[in-house]
Amino acid sequence: MVQRLGTKTAPLTWRRRSPAQSAILWLWSAAVAFAAAWSVSALDIEWAFFADAHEQAVDLAQRMWPPRWSYLPLIVRPLIETIHIATLGTAIALVLSVPLAFLSARNTTANGFTWAIGRALLVASRSVNTVIWGLVFVAIFGPGPVAGICAVAARSVGFLAKMLAEAIEEADRGPIEAIEATGAGTAQVYLFGVLPQVMPVLIGTTVYRWDINVRESSVLGFVGAGGIGLYLYASINQFAWQQVLVVLAAILVIVLASEALSAWVRARIS
Amino acid sequence: MTTRALSVEGLSKVYPTGSRALEGVSFAVERPEVVAIIGSSGAGKSTLIRCINRLVEPSAGRVRLGATDIVGLSRRELRSVRRRIGMIFQEFNLVERLTVMENLLSGRLGSVGFVASFLRRFPPQDIANAYALLDRVGLAGYQDTRADALSGGQRQRVGIARALMQDPDLLLVDEPTASLDPKTARQIMRLIRELATERRKPALVNIHDVALAQSFADRVIGLKQGRVAFDGPPAALSAATLTEIYGAEDWSQTIRHVDDKAETTLSAPDA
Amino acid sequence: MHPTPSPATVWRRPPLFGSLWRQRLAVAAVAGYLVWSTSTLEVNLERVLAGFPRALDMFARMVPPDFSRWQLLMNGMVESVQMAFAASLAGVLLSIPLGIAAARNLAPGPLYLAARGFIVLGRTLHEVIIAIFFVKLFGFGPVAGLLTLAFASAIFLGKMIAEDIENVRPGPVEAVRATGAGFGQVVVYSIVPQVLARAVGLAIYRLDANLRHSTVVGIVGAGGIGQTLSASFARYEYDFSLAILLSIIALVALGEWFSDWVRRRLR
Repeated sequence: MVQRLGTKTAPLTWRRRSPAQSAILWLWSAAVAFAAAWSVSALDIEWAFFADAHEQAVDLAQRMWPPRWSYLPLIVRPLIETIHIATLGTAIALVLSVPLAFLSARNTTANGFTWAIGRALLVASRSVNTVIWGLVFVAIFGPGPVAGICAVAARSVGFLAKMLAEAIEEADRGPIEAIEATGAGTAQVYLFGVLPQVMPVLIGTTVYRWDINVRESSVLGFVGAGGIGLYLYASINQFAWQQVLVVLAAILVIVLASEALSAWVRARIS
Repeated sequence: MTTRALSVEGLSKVYPTGSRALEGVSFAVERPEVVAIIGSSGAGKSTLIRCINRLVEPSAGRVRLGATDIVGLSRRELRSVRRRIGMIFQEFNLVERLTVMENLLSGRLGSVGFVASFLRRFPPQDIANAYALLDRVGLAGYQDTRADALSGGQRQRVGIARALMQDPDLLLVDEPTASLDPKTARQIMRLIRELATERRKPALVNIHDVALAQSFADRVIGLKQGRVAFDGPPAALSAATLTEIYGAEDWSQTIRHVDDKAETTLSAPDA
Repeated sequence: MHPTPSPATVWRRPPLFGSLWRQRLAVAAVAGYLVWSTSTLEVNLERVLAGFPRALDMFARMVPPDFSRWQLLMNGMVESVQMAFAASLAGVLLSIPLGIAAARNLAPGPLYLAARGFIVLGRTLHEVIIAIFFVKLFGFGPVAGLLTLAFASAIFLGKMIAEDIENVRPGPVEAVRATGAGFGQVVVYSIVPQVLARAVGLAIYRLDANLRHSTVVGIVGAGGIGQTLSASFARYEYDFSLAILLSIIALVALGEWFSDWVRRRLR
């Protein structure tokens, strides 16, 4: 019998990972599995529900058909209001995001303290969902589109300013240095040396956020902040499923349309 | 006693890493002349230029522009002095997305308020000067062209015009030709020399090409490891001096007088 | 030097959109829109102006934040985290068949169209809307929230996976097919390696996104901290609301930092 001995350069076995790498992979997998088991068990799921869930779903779908098109004229105004909320909110966010971005960018902020404030504002704005901002502003301004516009603006400021701050930090130093060398004031250095460089990012990000905001604005009505959301909520609570389908279809149309418009504009910019 | 145009005394720069870029550099520019600064990379040429308008902060020494000592000034006073110094850069440093005219006018930013500059409302005299300068550097008609649509040589012309828009007391020129092809480099150097002489402005030109330095400068200062190794007319540059500054080389090729009477001064800028 | 005509002393920036008229039109359109939108919005100006003193009053009531009911707060947060985590996992699992079904180079025609249509529908609807449906089907509570987030994750990840599969370099796939391997083997050996690295990064990103969304689905009763927050606003307990908001900010910020860290390590 021939004994085949592996040599150092041509071992008999091949392993994709070294023992250390395998161990790490096992540890991570175990951690994930454990966390998953913990989550699911803690959530107290009634598995019985799942048994007839698909029957319920089919029943629901049947009740939605045929769509009640007569409802459509009633929701045209709220639909337009939804778009206004998204657009005006994004516009306000655009204006406010420029100073915030300069505050949050390491190369344009006055000192470490102002940078920290800028970053804190960014984090606060971005961590709170538009709908939750809606809750806050409805408590302040009462129900209506004003609360919605403020909610959209509050969420979008952080989004826009973060992107802009990144672009500012990556701006080419050369032109900035040149404008500084002419003895211009700080504000003018930012206006002429920095802003023109980051314009494409600013416009592209704003258009992108506007499209997301149309989608967000469609549900602001749930908390009373205006738009089509109120009509959707009401229809669902009244179990008027055929109306619900019409509203959903309308939302689908405006979201898809805004997405298409946004993609077109952004393609034209670059 | 007439005030010197520029006086540098004991200028030193030590970086936080410990590298000594400049050590006790002293020289004076008495009258309008084109002074070329030569030296190998790392000899401190760029640091010297940038210390004069404090884009780099000097560690020690004095820099006097006319009667004003630049080194001790506050930020506000520094801005005021910078308006009197026009700088031309190796990478042109134009604002790419703005038009040629806006880049020219940015030279005047120090003299107009924020709102006026935002609305692009500059004094009529500035605009007239801008058109005149555009014409002089051979870019008449280009005022509405975006800066990133220009070639390298054209961009440098805009850079030169921008510096002159300030009507400065001193021109600082940092390797104006390093990013250009040889023919364009000569055109640009010639333009700088002509303009500095016409408008009687002293110019400090940081340049790595010794031949260009010799052709276009009135005076040459050679730096070696942060110290002045030579200060005199270009004709006095010997092979021995160049070896000391740069190291051993066949300097016979470099030391020659180029006869450029054959080349016209205002050739159409195709580069 | 050639004689120059008397130099111009005025210069105007070249118009933004090519011609002066188009620029004027654009400005007029923007102004017109602003006028139209603000006038057609039903804005109760009195109420809005009254809003500013109300805001001050609210801020006064909010500060200092009330953390005394921290057990309730913690329960809500933990529930949100569990929802987010379980939903991400479920979403990853569900997205694999969905992604394969929505990839043109793997799925047969009708299946591809159905899957793609499903994805478009799922993406257009806000997760709150989806949450309402799950609440109607499964009742109030975190189960509905879990399912909502799982559904949204599956849609998002499925789309990404489908795009990645479609962008796969055909070379290695052909090579494996040429050895006579079966469909499953082709997938595992040629497609999965190309897609896996990005897929894991996306899953981590989705975990972070789910954490954010888990805070909001509670508003319609689908569990998590959103429900606690909604209740506190309804009861005008603004100091508790602020405590919850601060906790949400901390949680989401932490989640994002963690997600960035993991994705950087993966590269």
